Amino acid sequence: MRITFVHRLFEFAKKDKSIFLLTGDLGFSVFEKYIEAFPDQYLNMGVAEQNMAGVAAGMAIEDKMPIIYSIAPFTTMRNFEQIRNDICYQNLNVKIVGVGAGFSYGPYGHTHHGLEDIGILRTLPGLVIFAPGDPIETDLATKAMLRHIGPVYLRLGKAGEPNVHKKPIDFTIGKGIIIKDGTTITVISCSTLLYRAFQAASELEKENYSVRLISMPSIKPLDKDIILKSAKKTKAIFTIEEHSIIGGLGSAVAEVLAEAGSPVRFKRIGVPDQFTKVIGSQEYMRKANELSLEQIVKTIHATYEN
Amino acid sequence: MNKKTLTSERVKLEKHANEIRKQIITMAYVAKSAHTGGALSCVEIMVALYFTIMKVFPRDADNPLRDRLIFSKAHDAKVLYAVLAERGFFDKKILEGYEMNGGLLPGHSTRHCMPGVEVSAGALGHGLSMAAGIAYVGKIDKKKFRVFTILSDGECDEGSTWEAILFAGHHKLDNLITIVDYNKLQGFGFTKDILDLEPFVDKWKSFQWEVKEINGHSFEEIIKTLNHLPFKNGKPSVVIANTIKGFGGPKVHINQISSQYKPPTDEEIEEIFSEENS
Repeated sequence: MRITFVHRLFEFAKKDKSIFLLTGDLGFSVFEKYIEAFPDQYLNMGVAEQNMAGVAAGMAIEDKMPIIYSIAPFTTMRNFEQIRNDICYQNLNVKIVGVGAGFSYGPYGHTHHGLEDIGILRTLPGLVIFAPGDPIETDLATKAMLRHIGPVYLRLGKAGEPNVHKKPIDFTIGKGIIIKDGTTITVISCSTLLYRAFQAASELEKENYSVRLISMPSIKPLDKDIILKSAKKTKAIFTIEEHSIIGGLGSAVAEVLAEAGSPVRFKRIGVPDQFTKVIGSQEYMRKANELSLEQIVKTIHATYEN
Repeated sequence: MNKKTLTSERVKLEKHANEIRKQIITMAYVAKSAHTGGALSCVEIMVALYFTIMKVFPRDADNPLRDRLIFSKAHDAKVLYAVLAERGFFDKKILEGYEMNGGLLPGHSTRHCMPGVEVSAGALGHGLSMAAGIAYVGKIDKKKFRVFTILSDGECDEGSTWEAILFAGHHKLDNLITIVDYNKLQGFGFTKDILDLEPFVDKWKSFQWEVKEINGHSFEEIIKTLNHLPFKNGKPSVVIANTIKGFGGPKVHINQISSQYKPPTDEEIEEIFSEENS
């Protein structure tokens, strides 16, 4: 996802000289080509994320389009107040890019896990939030971000995420994408677990479930219509995300369903409300949080059949 | 300038300062508002900037050629509003809406709430980073404007302020000028007792800034100091302005924490306004 993002950024930076990449001292083996091509549109801000967000706000006031980049927790939490006051409250054209969604940095330990970013950022008025689920979505989300005037948060995984989409997709701010349609259950997913949701849907189809699978790369604004249609069309809705079950995609979908008075059976599948005490690879960490393929399929069975 | 024009210039500035103090105290009185002492302590600095030092366009506030003022100690916004109104950016009548229901002037200054208010601030330690971002663009785009920012001493407790100081020094932003309103009182006590900033001048110096220390209530010193900028080519400039919290306000609050919180009473208003008239 990082590479896809930087490729698209590279293309835009050629034409749009207002683009200015700021990094919190990260980007080894990602930004080298960009730096070489656009030395005047790049600055390493050092390990100073608060200043990075504030300087970005100042640059945006002077008509630049700064993109601030770091690992998700550092570029959303360390500097949250700067994002709130300097960027969002002033409605400035700053893009925030967080890498390492979920357990992408699994072995590094809790400090580097991106599990709360969507939850806290969703509270900020005017901020668009994208959590693309594969390289194809990442490319389109990057494009949409750079074309949008106003603050955007782009949540990226790291490397090696497989493509989920087999055919061209229509990526629109505020719209979900139906990957396949079905009538038994709806599975809504985003970001680094989209592929897992796709796998789970395939497993369930073998057991004669008819699965409506929706990718939701635009978390804010959220596609309420697609959620409510799913609630009418299928008997249960499941959200799957590599984020705390509090505040993320699942919460956003729950808000829509609850306010609409929908009686549909609903379950959030995500990282439980606990600090994970073990460390290990992304897959190991997922398993420790009931997010392996088998565990997810089992949870869906148990919920649906009860 | 000969001595005579200097004196008449000074008289004019003093007159503006008196009028602005009157406005600040009136706003505090009407809105029963806090944060008066720190507004009063930087009146001379703000008057000197807006009437002598900075290039401003009161009728065309966003003119790209203007010098920018980033008022980071936005809790003391009363002084910013009063000086902008006095300089003709907007009608003084608008000052009556300060902190009032439906008024146009929030307690902490907000970007474009009125012409001339460049940024939103209020949470401490944000202004210098934004100022540095603006100054950085000024440098790379070879613009002539300068960026002034007013910090409180209290916000020099914030780590983010020091991140910005480090950044501006490293990038040699000599179009950036910081003035610290060093009144030595912060929210709940004296800076030296809470989190001592001393040796303050040395700290800025060691972060690659060129520093001057002045009496922040002396027009002569402020103007002499800011007339030649930057202090040194290739370095950001900082003025440590020694000031007195509550200066020119109710006597009982001068150099007291209470100047941060207590709106003037009827008696204090009477005392101040009658002194002024006499």
